[in-house]
Amino acid sequence: MTMAEQVTPSSLAGIASNRSRKTPGTMPLGTGLEARNVHAWFGKNHVLSDISLDFAAGTVTALIGPSGCGKSTFIRTLNRMHEFIPTAAMAGEVLLDGKDVYAPGTDVTKIRLKIGMVFQKPNPFPSMSIGENVLAGLKLAQLKQSNKDDLLEECLVRAGLWNEVKDRLDAHGGSLSGGQQQRLCIARSLAVRPQVLLMDEPCSALDPGSTLRIEETIRELSESMTIVIVTHNMQQAARISDYTAFFLADGGPGVMVEVGPTSEIFSRPKDQRTENYVTGRFG
Amino acid sequence: MTTTIPVPKPAKPWRATPKAMAPTFAAALIVIVGTFLLIDYTGLSGKLGAFTAASILAILTLSGAAFLQRGVQAAKNAAVGTFVAVGAIIAMIPVVSILGTVLVRGIKGLYVGFFTNDMSLASVNDPLDKGGILHAIIGTLLLILFAMLISVPLGILTALYLTEIKGPGSRLIRFLVQAMSGVPSIVAGLFIYSAFISGTGRGFSGFMGSLALSILMLPTVARTAEEVLLLIPSDLREAGLALGATQWRTVAMVVVPAAKSGLITAVILGVARIAGETAPLLFTTGGGDTVNANPFDGVMGSIPFAIWKALIAGSEESNARAWASILVLLVIVLALFFTARRLGKRRV
Repeated sequence: MTMAEQVTPSSLAGIASNRSRKTPGTMPLGTGLEARNVHAWFGKNHVLSDISLDFAAGTVTALIGPSGCGKSTFIRTLNRMHEFIPTAAMAGEVLLDGKDVYAPGTDVTKIRLKIGMVFQKPNPFPSMSIGENVLAGLKLAQLKQSNKDDLLEECLVRAGLWNEVKDRLDAHGGSLSGGQQQRLCIARSLAVRPQVLLMDEPCSALDPGSTLRIEETIRELSESMTIVIVTHNMQQAARISDYTAFFLADGGPGVMVEVGPTSEIFSRPKDQRTENYVTGRFG
Repeated sequence: MTTTIPVPKPAKPWRATPKAMAPTFAAALIVIVGTFLLIDYTGLSGKLGAFTAASILAILTLSGAAFLQRGVQAAKNAAVGTFVAVGAIIAMIPVVSILGTVLVRGIKGLYVGFFTNDMSLASVNDPLDKGGILHAIIGTLLLILFAMLISVPLGILTALYLTEIKGPGSRLIRFLVQAMSGVPSIVAGLFIYSAFISGTGRGFSGFMGSLALSILMLPTVARTAEEVLLLIPSDLREAGLALGATQWRTVAMVVVPAAKSGLITAVILGVARIAGETAPLLFTTGGGDTVNANPFDGVMGSIPFAIWKALIAGSEESNARAWASILVLLVIVLALFFTARRLGKRRV
């Protein structure tokens, strides 16, 4: 972070306290997601150590920390995308509605249906139109849906893209701008009605205007789902999240240094390393 | 302040447990037993019948097992997965069968002298402990070497012209290279014969054979190298140019090294194209029976030529000799590929 962008704890705490608090646990969509003592390895390399983190239903949790501290690996263990890397291994439990997603006999496709994911780079399917992209999940997962037009509109409205694309739903997904493409990808992940949405630096390739739109979208979505977002942008974490977890890899595997309500992490962090990081003194 | 936490053992919980594998093992058992039953009690018979029965049973039982565990969609997934696996096995059968036949039949004709003698004092119908194919091994290696010396630089330069310089006539050149890859191999031999040998006073020689082989190898190398160079992201070229490099320096120090393993693949495919060619050598090398290490003078033997000669002789000894030569040719080609792969992987 450069000097010009440097932020003080008080200014971030100010942003964070503007975020209206919700009582966690009262949302209708499941009882949230919980990671218990999660470790991750790539080959012999221990990259993530003993992460226990509770994502209450209807909250937004931001994962912050320097590059290479295991944030992305962690969220990929949550929806079992971690196992696509041949050398990957893990330990611990990830509980969705109280059931371990790694339990033997679990249908992994159903897990990924309930825990959606938005990637760092917008990745609309190139062979599909805007409308087809939004409804792609229904086709891919072979879900029955009676009124597709309603769902299409609902998802695009919730992703904050409806007004911009309603007249050209048959246009190519690639004809949109980067920010619009990312909101299209969010709309696409909403169409299968996930309980949890994982976002891996969804705004890192976008301009500030598009970032703002997506942040608004995230705040609206948090009314009805649990969101976990990896971000390198402190202000973004402060603006949109209820809870913030700070990850750090200091030579060894990545660990979670501190987790707490976002306003506290940015105003009264308990750990000196967290304070150094959120004030931009390193990282 | 850091407390050491006991680190659990790395696990792969996504791997199927033995319990989860049970239906799959049951399915395998049904396939084996069912195949024998179908062969015994129905009209199916022979290897083809058994394979068909086993394939259909595998698709049915494995998708059935998936259905019992995870429902209809998992069943479809397993059915398609098994179908693809069956297809891969069908594609592998001819390859494995050819390799197996060559190995079994070829090994009978091998003995130490096979690699140290030539056929100058033996005829193809002599007993197997007389004569050998040293002349053909040397000939084939020289033919491949000279064909490579000619077509690898030309092919890669052509590819660089098409992808980096994109100069005038690129489309025409690309079209001609494509057309050239369709030239029947015997035409390549005839062309060299009529252009460089017939009526010129020059006789057959290894170099003439290499020229004919180059005609076949050049388009393969050029086209594959072009595909590989097109895969190099233009960001890399721009990054080189943005450092103030000339195009030549960028291509030589950034683009070509980045494409190195692909370019080696292009060379391998080119060698594979020509290593077993016989037709272009008929009118160009003359196919001698004596060791001749001078590619520019005198007839030169080669393994495909020796195989051809031995096979048309038709006796038991000559057939065994031909199979042994085929085995040697296969081993030489595989050794070339292996070496090239190793060279390509090494990081500089």
